[in-house]
Amino acid sequence: MKTGRPIAQSRRMLSNRLMLVACLGATTIAVLVLSALLITIAIEGTGALSWSFLTSFASRKPAQAGILAPLMGSVWVCAICAVVAIPVGIGTAIYLEEYARRSRLKSLIQLNISNLSGVPSIVYGILALVAFVRFFGIRSADDPWTFGNAESIFYLQIPFGPSVIAGGLTLALVVLPIMIIASQEALRAVPQSLRQAALALGSTQWQVVWHVTLPAALPTIMTGAILSMSRAIGEAAPLLVIGGFLLVFQTPTNLMSDFTVLPLQIYNWAGRPQTDFHQIAAAAIIVQLIVLLAFNSIAIIIRQKLQRPLQS
Amino acid sequence: MKLNITSLVEIRSLRTLAKCSAFVVFVSMASILFAANQDVPPTQATMKGSIRIDGSSTVYPITEAVAEEFSKVAPKVNVTVGISGTGGGFKRFCAGETAISDASRPITPSEVALAATNKIEFIEIPIAYDALAIVANPKNDWAKSITIAQLKQIYSAGGPKKWKDIDPTWPDRTMKIYSPGTDSGTFDYFKEAVIGKEGKVRSDISVSEDDNVLVLGVSGDQDAIGFFGLAYFEENKDKLRAVPVIGAAGSPVAPQASTVNDATYPLSRPLFIYVNSKSASKAEVVAFIDFYLDKADDLVSEVGYVMLPADILAKSNANWKARRLGTQFVKDDKKVDGSFSTIYK
Repeated sequence: MKTGRPIAQSRRMLSNRLMLVACLGATTIAVLVLSALLITIAIEGTGALSWSFLTSFASRKPAQAGILAPLMGSVWVCAICAVVAIPVGIGTAIYLEEYARRSRLKSLIQLNISNLSGVPSIVYGILALVAFVRFFGIRSADDPWTFGNAESIFYLQIPFGPSVIAGGLTLALVVLPIMIIASQEALRAVPQSLRQAALALGSTQWQVVWHVTLPAALPTIMTGAILSMSRAIGEAAPLLVIGGFLLVFQTPTNLMSDFTVLPLQIYNWAGRPQTDFHQIAAAAIIVQLIVLLAFNSIAIIIRQKLQRPLQS
Repeated sequence: MKLNITSLVEIRSLRTLAKCSAFVVFVSMASILFAANQDVPPTQATMKGSIRIDGSSTVYPITEAVAEEFSKVAPKVNVTVGISGTGGGFKRFCAGETAISDASRPITPSEVALAATNKIEFIEIPIAYDALAIVANPKNDWAKSITIAQLKQIYSAGGPKKWKDIDPTWPDRTMKIYSPGTDSGTFDYFKEAVIGKEGKVRSDISVSEDDNVLVLGVSGDQDAIGFFGLAYFEENKDKLRAVPVIGAAGSPVAPQASTVNDATYPLSRPLFIYVNSKSASKAEVVAFIDFYLDKADDLVSEVGYVMLPADILAKSNANWKARRLGTQFVKDDKKVDGSFSTIYK
């Protein structure tokens, strides 16, 4: 009887210790792998980083090659993706959380969105190839309908072909489920009492959403947007399927411009036989990481500005 | 209970955002509707437009080099090059999505039919040869010639380790096998031509992405065997010996420009570009192809391929100048038999 409790006690303590070690181990593995990756890339790539690397086009000679075209391509494509995916994602989430009543249709939509977030991105690429690049074949690609002057920023042609807008829309498709689910979670986290209070004061449903729910949920929605954009900027597969090019000698000038993006350029260089190309591929990875961090920090700054504690 | 979750600033900023985006949408719609559809008269230096190219990753290095040089001459023409592979490239080309298709084999009857249904006409232009040299150490005096079957034995997974296992008259010495990296087009072609699509390359061989390492390896070891692009062997003739390969006629053929040209050397293939005839009426595409054929001589050997002989190159040029439509390799929906050089006479 006397020894019973200490044994139970020490068993409890032991399992506590074990759990700590296991979790610490898991963290260490993740950190080690990540730092090993970053360090090897930094060692290989920093030598090739220079101003001219950022401002020149690709070349068959590694020493003269640069990433201007993929860098600007990534910026254009991700900007289009953000402009499309963020409003549509938030809108869908608002409908599902605030307006839609519990029904079979709603749960069907919900189920589909959850499933779509797990679909491989290359599948979206195939969909986008048919829908955006070829417009279901309603018009031949070498004889498109054109609107406006090919040199102007507002030039448009149908079908889009493998252009920046097709790329941006493709990535928007890829990240839309993530965006919707994140926004839904954010809206769900807003206390019900806030909505009820606003409704009690005579607000319409829309006023509740616009003045109460959305502002309260916005910081978390921004986090979802960060995650979505981080995913978008790293995608190569769907853009390869829609016919993204690897070698481009101009930066995009309008929505119809051909483009390449950083992941495609990295893929191209990393697959080359010569080791010099592997170095500039590593340098391009560093640039990609910096662009990603820049994107994220903008979103974090916005989030900080918007975040106000809920006072009760 | 005090609710202070929204400040006026936020509401205002959200509203301004909504207004701004509505304005942007309106302006862009208006400009699309009212902008005039103008044709810009092309001049050589200020030429504009875009040329979409896709296709074989084997031809890519040549097209890449030409595109890079061309972009220096005509910086406003946007040349874009992809590597979807020969088949993938033709799929897009036959749908009218690309102006030029790179190909490491002639167009097939089914691809010709696809182009015809989409009303795409094209011009076929051979541009270079891709040839492999099988190399051994100069002190290797036994492997006087080699058959494709023996090469397959040497490079296949689970293959023998000693020279005498390949041919009983060869010495009882362990082979040192070298190969270019599995990412290279050279390797892909070797695997396709020698080992076959289903076969596996053995893993106990020295692989290097750097051709120079292969040259050093083979030149420093009597028992070594390896392969790479013929152009690279030509540069290192003094250190290596090319092993003649038994051709279709049953006699050994040494790799050189003449045997590649008359197609007696078995490990070589022609490379092509195909030009959409509708694109060929655009000034920038004309300038690009002219530039391509003009620079092909220098750039083809720079990137490691074999130049076409003068008569076939002349035929290429003539095909282009006359805008001769169609392919020489398909007749009445069937593949034309015979070697490249006899077809292209």
